[in-house]
Formats: sequence, structure tokens, C-alpha cells
Amino acid sequence: MLHADVSPATGPAAASPGRAPRPLSDVGTVLSGAALIWEALVREGVDVVFGYPGGAIMPAYDAMARYPVHHVLTRHEQGASHMADGYARASGRVGVCIATSGPGATNLVTGIATAMLDSVPMVCITGQVPSALLGTDAFQETDITGVTLPITKQNYLVTRAEDVVPTLREAFYVARSGRPGPVVVDICKDAQQGKAPLAWDDEPICLPGYRPEHEPLPADLEEAVRMIEAAEKPLILAGHGIIEGDATAQLLKLVEVTDIPVSQTLLGLGGFPGTHPKSLGMMGMHGEAWVNQAIQEADLLLALGMRFDDRVTGRLATYAPKAKKIHVELDPAEIDKNVKVDLPIVGDVRDVLNRLLPALTPHTRRAWWDALDAMRGDSAVRDIVSLPDEGHLYAAHVIHDLYRFTGGDALVVSDVGQHQMWEAQYYKHDTPRSLLTSGGLGTMGFALPAAMGARFACPDAEVWVVVGDGGFQMTACELSTCAQEGLELKVAIINNGYLGMVRQWQEMFYGGRYVATPMASPDFVKLAEAHGLTGLRATTRDEVKDVVAKARATRGTVVIDFRVEQEDNVYPMVPSGADLADMIQRPHQKGGAHNPIFETGADEE
Amino acid sequence: MTGIDDVAASTEGDDRRTFVVHVEDRPGVLDRVASLFRRRAHNIDSLHVGPTHEDGVSRMTIECRADASQAKRLEANLYKLVPVLRVDDVTTLERVQRVLALIKVAVGQARRPEVLQLLEVFGARAVDVGPEMLVIEMTGRPSQVKQLAGVLEPYGIVELAQTGAVAMTRSVEKPELGRGKAA
Repeated sequence: MLHADVSPATGPAAASPGRAPRPLSDVGTVLSGAALIWEALVREGVDVVFGYPGGAIMPAYDAMARYPVHHVLTRHEQGASHMADGYARASGRVGVCIATSGPGATNLVTGIATAMLDSVPMVCITGQVPSALLGTDAFQETDITGVTLPITKQNYLVTRAEDVVPTLREAFYVARSGRPGPVVVDICKDAQQGKAPLAWDDEPICLPGYRPEHEPLPADLEEAVRMIEAAEKPLILAGHGIIEGDATAQLLKLVEVTDIPVSQTLLGLGGFPGTHPKSLGMMGMHGEAWVNQAIQEADLLLALGMRFDDRVTGRLATYAPKAKKIHVELDPAEIDKNVKVDLPIVGDVRDVLNRLLPALTPHTRRAWWDALDAMRGDSAVRDIVSLPDEGHLYAAHVIHDLYRFTGGDALVVSDVGQHQMWEAQYYKHDTPRSLLTSGGLGTMGFALPAAMGARFACPDAEVWVVVGDGGFQMTACELSTCAQEGLELKVAIINNGYLGMVRQWQEMFYGGRYVATPMASPDFVKLAEAHGLTGLRATTRDEVKDVVAKARATRGTVVIDFRVEQEDNVYPMVPSGADLADMIQRPHQKGGAHNPIFETGADEE
Repeated sequence: MTGIDDVAASTEGDDRRTFVVHVEDRPGVLDRVASLFRRRAHNIDSLHVGPTHEDGVSRMTIECRADASQAKRLEANLYKLVPVLRVDDVTTLERVQRVLALIKVAVGQARRPEVLQLLEVFGARAVDVGPEMLVIEMTGRPSQVKQLAGVLEPYGIVELAQTGAVAMTRSVEKPELGRGKAA
């Protein structure tokens, strides 16, 4: 690869300058609550945190310098929470962000909600006013445990130094176990300043009310085998749980044995190789038509670690009417939430597949695959690269070219909107954790900071940000952090001068009234340069290859402004709340100007 | 009290629900439970929280409105809360369900005997007697409290306080705390 590793001076392993790092203290040593925070974090394996200091967290920051933890100073706390999120998604480990009380804590909130909806393990440490001042409207006081109660898996208010370590240990355990999620630990300033002996043991944590693991029932597994054996048109719906549960190998084996086609949710992409012959592609609102048609035709849906989100199902009343449904899911609260299933199996998806595999007999499903190939027939996405270059630059081109020029090996972090869907359609991900995106909450501004976090988690990966001009400007201040940290990142701004997805909905469903969607932007090349970074621009198709090559050959963060067609739509599309069968296909413009985004099978002729 | 006024299992079509929830006695638990109902736009009709015979374990009785499918969701989501030990939807079970009411009535010496006689009919009793007031305690179903209040109305009710319902199933196994979380 062409990029260089993070330089040792700023890499995650390097401690902050000033004081020499010291070894961890012995159990029983009396330390300040502030030092105890880092004793706990280092023991939990944390080597990088993303944050922003302030009054109520200053004792913790002061103590941090003595520990082997790299702190990334973000430009806004929202960036810190997305970085911790990106770090967690890319690594599978718990991401950590840290902020002060009041505005520091509330600025984390969007990132916490993003992590909650996508089940991302994260621990967010916030400073809080001294415990004696709680509830007095003290300077920079916000009830952050109250604010984050519905968007965290669990949260804690710590008022005493002796509670710091046990609470953080519990927080990490809760964040990463079972269905992962974000946990907030709000630590009063006097708890940081007070002293307590270091208590640590490696005994498993037992919370009487918390059972993250579930054992599948043997009778249910037997029933699942019977249903799979009896099905003629089965379909696997693979979700984020495959990635979080590290079940890719089991899924591959399942498909190998049973010959069942695989469709994926947005967050499931990468959990099963996108280029695998048995991969149909993404399902749902902007999934390929044949995938949704297959769902409607199937006689068995095997849902693995996914939650039947409304963007996936369309109208529930007409969803997969012919199919029996098996739902393998770790979270019992997801069972029957949206789609009533015939056989729920509550358990870890890898564990369930490991138990199912020995009982399944090999199948070939000629007739079902023939039917699927026929569905694919005239609606298949052709290799748009082979279509003639007419001078226009389409977003899909950029993303497909990016896929080709990076050999499909990049770790891509997409933002939210049209480019996110094109990325999902045109960049095939073959490995887990190679696509990070805000699926559940749909948080614009996620991509750049999340990619920065991912870069710390995967210092050898080629990390690309795919982001719209709108989303980029929400967190563009973090370019300054990229420069300070010397991060290797490539940022592809899909710049169409609109809030594209909203504009598309306005065009389709709001009479073409473009209210508040045309957007002026700064000169992104100059913006990059102002940060001491490299800025590039492409306005035609033939420039894409060169700028991508140049970006890959350039050290540091590179921002590319791709000036794409302004009024371009994502197809196919299931309108919100409509039947999956009622997809709006790519328009076929007979006799009209050729538009490769509107291609159909006829384009090949 | 005899079994005659115990609550029978609710019938189909009635969306009144009673949950019994055992929780760890930790700060913020009530907030989490209440937030869960609020978030899903279920009004809580009545709520009671109190200690149990086990240290560190509190018991809630929650009355709300939810159909069978919503109730299943509520139960599953209650279980997701880390400090929640056990959830029982007792709606369809035979159970004893009681409220406690305290009623302050403007009854002086002259009419006191007749009121005290009335109370006997309702199984209620006077717990504080003053020259011009009487504080009455009544345990029973909410409908019985309402009846008693109706009877006392002419004497002049000064104040009425009523707890949320406390429910307990009849002749079923003792809940084993923490065991309810198995899949």
C-alpha cells in the first residue's frame, strides 16, 4: 500500500509528552480518583481516547499524562464520540471518549445515540460538577445521566473515588457483552480529586439482573433444521450481528452446505463477501430489485443478527407474505418487534450456526437460483465502467472507480445520504468491518471522525471517507485534528451542491420543490490546504483515476472534491412505507440522452 | 380479607395490564423503568415501589394499558434494563391486588359513631381521631375505595390519598430472583 503508517511521534502507542509514563500501580495503592480512571482504562486495554478537556474533567486530564494512553484532541466533542464509535466498529473493541461536564457532555449525545442504534460498544467518560453541587445549576452542570438515559445501554453517576474503578469495570463489561452498546460514566470532580485504594481483580463481573448470553433451545434448533430442509426458496438475511458476533466463517459454511442465497442489510455488508457468487447484495429501500423480489418470493427467510428495520421491510403488512421466518437474534426484545416470526431463536448467531451446521444436509437449489438469475436479468447493475464516457461525472462512477482502484481492499467509512447508498451498491465489501456507516440513526457528519477513529484501530488499513458536501461540512472542523495527528486518510467528497437525498425526495414526493436543499460550499481544495493538507479536485470521469492515484501516493490526509452531477437519484427505491414489490426502478430512457445511472439490461445491446 | 374480592384474571380484549417487576435497589432504576414506558407512549395508570424481604431488592407493581403484543415488548424491554431482575406480567393470572387509601373526613363527635359503623361494612378503620376530623384507613380494590369515598362524601372529605396497586399472584411459585432472564 502506498500510505505510510502513523508516525511514532503521534501514533496511538506514544504517550503524551511531558512526564514519562509510569507502570500501573499495584492493587491496594492509594491513588486519586483521576489516576484510578486511567489505571482502570489501561487494564481494560485502552491505548487511545478521543476527547476535549474542560473544568470538571481537568483532574482526569492531569493524571492521564502519566499513563500510556494517547489522547486525540478533537475539535468538537461530537467528533470525539464518533471517533470512539469508528474505533470500536473497526476493531471490535470498546471505543473510549472523554469530555467535560455540561456542554462537553451534551455535545457527545449525537455520537452516543448513533452508537446505541447500531449496537456499538463505547464507554463515554464525562466530568461532572463536585457532588455537593449536584442539582444546584452549578456552572457547566448538566444532568447527563438523565439526558442519555434512553440512548445508552447503561449509565452511571460516580460521586466517590472508591467507586471509580468498579464502575468503569462494569461499564466496559456492559458495553461489550451481549448486544453491545454505549455506556456513559459521569464522574464528579470531587470523586476525581478524592483518594481511594486501587481495587482490581480479574474475577468475572456478576450483575444479577444482566444476562447478556442466551442459550438456544435444542428443540428450536431441530425445528430450524426441519424448516431449512423443507424449504424450496429459502433466503438468508444477514445483518450486523454476523459482524458483531464474528460469524462470517459460519455463514460461509452454511451457504456452502445449503446453497441458500444471502442478502444483507446495510450494516451487514462485509459480513459475507460481497463478491461471493451466492451474495445477492443489499436488501431494502435502496437494495437491488431482485433482492427485494427474492424476499417477496421466498418460502423461508433465515434472518441472522438483523432486526427487520423499517428501511429493510417496507410495508409490514405485505412483507415476505409467502415466507416462514426464522429469526436468530441475541436480543430477545427484537423478537416479533416488527415482523412476526414463526421460529425465534434467541442466542449468539455464531453459536447458533455452529450448532445448526452439523445437522444440515448438503443441498443444491438449481430451480431457485434459476429463478433468481431470471429476476436479476434485465435489472442487473451492469459494470458502469464499461459504459461510454460522455464527460459527465456521476457519483456512482466515482464510487465504482474507487472500488476498482483500491482493489476493493479499503476500509470505507461512508456518511449519510445518496452517496451512502451508492457506496453500498457499488463498493463491494468482502471482509467484516471494511464498511463503517451510521445505519440506524443516519447521522450526517459521522464519516470523517469515525474514519479517524478507525484509522487508530487499524493503522495499516487504507481508510477512505466517502461523504457528501453536506455531511462533510457538519464535522469538517476535524480536518484540523487530522493535521495535528498526522493521520493517513483519504476523503472523497461527493459534491453535488445539494442535500442530495432530501432533494431526491423533494423531486419524487414533494412536487420538485427544492426547499432548503441547494447548498453552497467553500472551496474544499483550499479548505484542505488551509489545514496544511492536500486538496484535489475531479470534475470529469477521466480525471478520477489520476486523482485517486495521486491521493493514494500522497502522505497525510487528502481531500478530494468530486464535482458530480447535481440532480442525480439513487435507484432502485422503495418509497418509505411502500411494499417491497413496488420498487421504483432505474428509469430507462429510450431514445433519450444516455445516462449510465439509468442503465438497464438494454444498455448492453 | 377473603378471596371473594381478589382480582380474577383479566379477560380478552381488556388492555389493562399489571406488571410485577423486581429490581435492584440502585439510584435511577425508577427513572429507567418509567422512561421505558414514556418512550413508547404508554401511560402508567399506577405505580408502586417498595422494599422486599431481600436486601437490595425492590418490587414494583405497574398498572398500564397495552395489548398483548405491546405487553410482550414491554416485558422484553424491561428485561433489557441492567438493574431489572425479574418481570412478571400477572395480567392473566389469579392474583390479589390492593390499594391503600387514607381519607380525612370532617366528622365531629356527634356523627362519629355512625361513621365508625359504616367503616365496619367496608372493612375500613379509623386510625386517627380528633375533635373535628377523622382519618380513615382502607385497604382494598380501587373500586371499593371509590365506594367508600362515595359514602363518606356527604360528611365532607377533606383529603384523600391513595397508593398505586400492589399485586401478588395466588398460589404460584415464589419468584426466584434473577432466574427470569433465561431465553
